[in-house]
Amino acid sequence: MLSIKKLEAGINGKMILKGISLEVKAGEIHAIMGPNGSGKSTLAAVLAGRDVVEIRGGSVTYLGKDLLQMAPEDRSKEGIFLGFQYPIEIPGVSMVNFMKTAVNEHRKHKGLGPLSASDFLKLMREKKELVEIDSKLANRSVNEGFSGGEKKKNEIFQMAMLEPRLAILDETDSGLDIDALRIVANGVNRLKRPDNSAIVITHYQRLLDYIVPDVVHVLYDGRIVKTAGKELALELEEKGYDWIKKEVDNQN
Amino acid sequence: MNGKSEVSEFFSKLYSENIVRIEEGSTPFLNSFRKEAFEKFNLLGVPTKKMESYKYTNLETWFRHDYQSYFIPDESHFQKAEDFRCDVTDLDAHGIVLMNGFYPTLNGKLRELPGGIIIGSLNEAARKYPHILEKHYGKYAKNDSDGLIHLNTAMVSDGVFIYVPGGAAPGKPVQVVNLVDSDQDTFNQHRNLIIVGENARCSVIICDHTLSPRRFLTNAVSEIYAGENSSFDLIRVQNEHNNACKITHTFIHQERNSHATSSIITLHGGLVRNNTYHRMDGEGAECNSYGLFLADKWQHVDNFVNVDHASPNCHSNQLFKGVLDDVSTGAFNGRIYVAPDAQGTIAYQKNNNILLTDEARMDTKPQLEIYADDVKCSHGATVGQLDNNALFYMQSRGIDKRQALLMLMFGFAHEVIQNIKVEALQERLDGLVMQRLKGELSQCASCLVKCG
Repeated sequence: MLSIKKLEAGINGKMILKGISLEVKAGEIHAIMGPNGSGKSTLAAVLAGRDVVEIRGGSVTYLGKDLLQMAPEDRSKEGIFLGFQYPIEIPGVSMVNFMKTAVNEHRKHKGLGPLSASDFLKLMREKKELVEIDSKLANRSVNEGFSGGEKKKNEIFQMAMLEPRLAILDETDSGLDIDALRIVANGVNRLKRPDNSAIVITHYQRLLDYIVPDVVHVLYDGRIVKTAGKELALELEEKGYDWIKKEVDNQN
Repeated sequence: MNGKSEVSEFFSKLYSENIVRIEEGSTPFLNSFRKEAFEKFNLLGVPTKKMESYKYTNLETWFRHDYQSYFIPDESHFQKAEDFRCDVTDLDAHGIVLMNGFYPTLNGKLRELPGGIIIGSLNEAARKYPHILEKHYGKYAKNDSDGLIHLNTAMVSDGVFIYVPGGAAPGKPVQVVNLVDSDQDTFNQHRNLIIVGENARCSVIICDHTLSPRRFLTNAVSEIYAGENSSFDLIRVQNEHNNACKITHTFIHQERNSHATSSIITLHGGLVRNNTYHRMDGEGAECNSYGLFLADKWQHVDNFVNVDHASPNCHSNQLFKGVLDDVSTGAFNGRIYVAPDAQGTIAYQKNNNILLTDEARMDTKPQLEIYADDVKCSHGATVGQLDNNALFYMQSRGIDKRQALLMLMFGFAHEVIQNIKVEALQERLDGLVMQRLKGELSQCASCLVKCG
């Protein structure tokens, strides 16, 4: 589904990703872990199409297409979803209007007509239940005045509405208490289908108690330095990142 | 006197040539103000950029222009306006049409509604109800530095008169449609007087339009009195063409515990200058002053607001926003004055602007003069671009860039529109703003009036 080859990228002239290669197959959940500043969020930004990131080399192929050539909105319509680490507040744009526009753009892309008002509201209601989001939030401006937990739940709600093929969740667990974490993880699990995939970026292992990954990667200093099964996450939880840093530094 | 002499000369001539006709058609009461006002105008002249309050707006080219006519109507004009049918969709209101500043009907110039409410022509009201006018006319339009107010008093003939006696309410809003229409370049003026008595309520919607593509200059003065415990709303929607200059002076005088709101939505216009003066003259009064403008091409929109906290424990709130495209320019000048004994004052001011191009320009100037100590006052102004993070967020959900930009601009504008309490109008304005942002709003093609 997604094939990243020797990806190099930077921000403001500073190299951050120094040759990343990664294969995600349909149905897989990959966890990307790593210490702060290792490049996790930059990788997410590249995949979603943020233009502040400069691509220096390598390639990203998504469903056989050159992802790096696609506009962010086209990536979304082709099934990529980025759950933001820091969701953006948009004053004056209501959640309903925002989601209606997004859903209908996706439908147009698939050759479908726009949803009727009642069908749309029904869909909203269904998906809201999935993430136990307060009904009133839908009438407010996007993320405006939402608490940290509400913002993260709102990301999962949007994901539920758009039903992506590849979800990239950038530290969705940060700032969540244990109940909110459970709700968010539960939402992700219920949206899981055999043909869609997810990349879960996280700093801590605790999210992976709820979302069980097939593969765990450790990103350090812009490179993937270790790839293993879900047991790697537990090992990291126990020993921290220092042993990996040492291993890498010894090799150099 | 310096640079203004040439312009003043033009108006001296205009005054002397027309004053006999103006006075003939008018009432002794209105005429009694003219001479003194014209002398004051002669002294002050047309405001220039040398004046602090007109620093960002150049009126000279508009006033220097040789207008072929100063509009004084004859019966044929009234007939033409009678043929005009105002058909406002989904807005239930008491409708009034002003044609070039005149109440354009031959008969029924004053309407009396239940509760003693009177709506109609100012000139006719001066004839029929001089005792009401005497108490209010010329009492609130006080700014001794702006010559245009005096020019209005000196030469104005008509306008809208609304009288809502104590405890009364018209039930639905009064809608005034200001039409400017002539086959000649025209200078016109009108004068509105709105009196809202004790415990009375009134909403007034004023729509400014131009119907023919000539060069127009309008100088309008409105005086509003809001009595004790009264509630007053003014919504002004401006949609004029690029060859029109509109100058409004609105004075809202508030008594104790009254609430007044002014919202000015400027959709289109060549040069627009709105002067809004709020004076809270009794304890516990509250006022809101809102404004939104959307400018493009060479348009210029300037909002000048003066909030006078003359009494203790009054609240005021200003929110003005602008979206500027192409080489358009704008200005905001918000003054808050807190009198020495106006303790317990709360006054807020916010001015946010978005520049869509590098060439567009916005000047914003807060002016706070606080002479009391127990005062809560805040102000903030921003001039910037649309939020790129928000844009990316929307794109990442599949909304294309153009649509996302539109939604962001609309959201920005909606923050002002959402304060408008007449629901049908709020929806309509949202629609008009969206059309304007899409570039689909041409003058006449759309407005609250369907003058097809």
